Amino acid sequence: MEQTVQETGAMKNMVPRKKRKNLTQDTLAGYLFISPMLIMTVVLMVIPILLSGIISFTDWNFIAGLKSINFIGFDNYTKMLSDENFTRSLANNFLLMIVIPVSLFIALILAVLINKATYFKSVFKVIYFMPFISSFVAVAILWRVLFHPTSGPINGLLMSIGIDNPPAWLADPSFSLISVMIIMVWAGIGFEMIIFMAGLQNIPQDLYEAADIDGASKIRQFFSVTLPLLSPTTFFLLITGIVGSFKAFDLIMILTNGGPAGSTSVIVFYLYEVAFIQLKSGYASAIGIALLLLILAITVIQWIGQKKWVNY
Amino acid sequence: MSSLRVSRIIITILMSAAGIIFLLPFVWMLSASFKPELEVLAYPIQWIPETWNAVENYREVWFGTLPFALYYWNSIKITLLTTAVSLITSAMAAYGFSKISFKGRDVIFIMVLATFMIPHQAILVPQFVLFRWLGLFDSHTGIVLLGSAGAIGTFLLRQFFMSVHNEIIESARMDGANHWTIFVRITLPLVKSALATLMILRFIWTWNDYQNPLIFLRSDHLYTLQLGMRKFSDVNGEFYSLMMAAAVSAILPLMIIFIIGQKQVIEGVAQGSVKG
Repeated sequence: MEQTVQETGAMKNMVPRKKRKNLTQDTLAGYLFISPMLIMTVVLMVIPILLSGIISFTDWNFIAGLKSINFIGFDNYTKMLSDENFTRSLANNFLLMIVIPVSLFIALILAVLINKATYFKSVFKVIYFMPFISSFVAVAILWRVLFHPTSGPINGLLMSIGIDNPPAWLADPSFSLISVMIIMVWAGIGFEMIIFMAGLQNIPQDLYEAADIDGASKIRQFFSVTLPLLSPTTFFLLITGIVGSFKAFDLIMILTNGGPAGSTSVIVFYLYEVAFIQLKSGYASAIGIALLLLILAITVIQWIGQKKWVNY
Repeated sequence: MSSLRVSRIIITILMSAAGIIFLLPFVWMLSASFKPELEVLAYPIQWIPETWNAVENYREVWFGTLPFALYYWNSIKITLLTTAVSLITSAMAAYGFSKISFKGRDVIFIMVLATFMIPHQAILVPQFVLFRWLGLFDSHTGIVLLGSAGAIGTFLLRQFFMSVHNEIIESARMDGANHWTIFVRITLPLVKSALATLMILRFIWTWNDYQNPLIFLRSDHLYTLQLGMRKFSDVNGEFYSLMMAAAVSAILPLMIIFIIGQKQVIEGVAQGSVKG
């Protein structure tokens, strides 16, 4: 596609003057059309990320002004490795990844059942998609009450079925991360299910007919037709899920504020704390760049992995 | 054949049960927002309130100590402006990147696309400094610009602009139409459904955004609904009925938009495969 556009562009170069005038006009028009978006992206994203890179090598505090800036080389980056709060947040991020296979599994089953077996497809789509469009602030406030340790409805239910000492959920350091994960699964299923359903639509129906003729059971068909043909979709969701899990901020900020005792702190939350509460701009930028590199690495794995593990 | 039908009905019933369980948190929220405070946490749960306190709760949220209506208005304003700015700039850029051939186009496009990977939090500090320097800190203009920046809209729309046939544009050019006329009169109507999808998605993302207002707004009278909700829960932390009424008020406009544009939202998410 791109190539044909370029070729016609090159061909235009050889033809008459009127066309050439058209070409300079095209260049001008092209830049005018993209400039509003381009200026915003450059000023608000490209320049800041470059500045972030520079600030990450300093001990700057943005309240103190430019005069107090000192370059300290890689100190911020080496500090990260021995910073317990950072390593714990990173570890929490890796634990949060468990959410993705769990919710993908549930979403896939829901998608297959809704797609194949049930009436009222669009009603089910709407139901499972609702948390996705609700604000994280409202969702977090709601779940904080639902998970209330002594009088919340969830523990009320658990106690009424005979569990005398239900966990304190968000208030208990050993259960808080699991509680956050439950909420993330609940909030994420809808999106994944929709994408899976779009993937299912693309599987040619005659493959199932052929499998039927060969006498393959429905379950066998699921494992040997549906699952392999959905692997690009699954892979896509896996990667966006992992990248998305590194960016989870709003939910954690309101649910737990990183607590109790740092048990739910994640990198982006810790970054926010370092930048805007401890006011260590240099160190915060270094954490930001580390996060960028991590996401970059995941994206590269995606590119390589797509060729290797996805079978069409 | 009829056994197939029976199994479909059974699965539908099971799925409905699962769907209801899935929605219970929302039902609980709605029901709690109608109850007097003392009955909110009563167990067993009364799904239909015994005593109705809805009017009092919602009145307290909307006309109580916090200017909830003002927060609401701020959110509406920011969301509409952001959606408009983002839609216009993305559509223009998408046209430029797909229908005009010019030097450096593909390099610029790849550069813009690469900004996808930048985590928002990694650029907060420079953005903060930049905004203070530009006088955009603590202003709605700043929030609108931040919300409109980014490549995702351009990327989504570009795919649709590319499907518009080049012959249409060539022949319009022969007739002496310039790019702006072609953009407004010919291509925009052809990608209407994609524009609607992006509009709804951008509306949802902006309405729900918490992080940008949190960092770039200081003055109370500029607060958006999400910030106001947080403040409300800090002030009324022990009044669950009021918090649920506030949460319902915050979610409701989106639910309405979602149910109206249900098809566009779901298809848009599936086609663009994008996540906010």
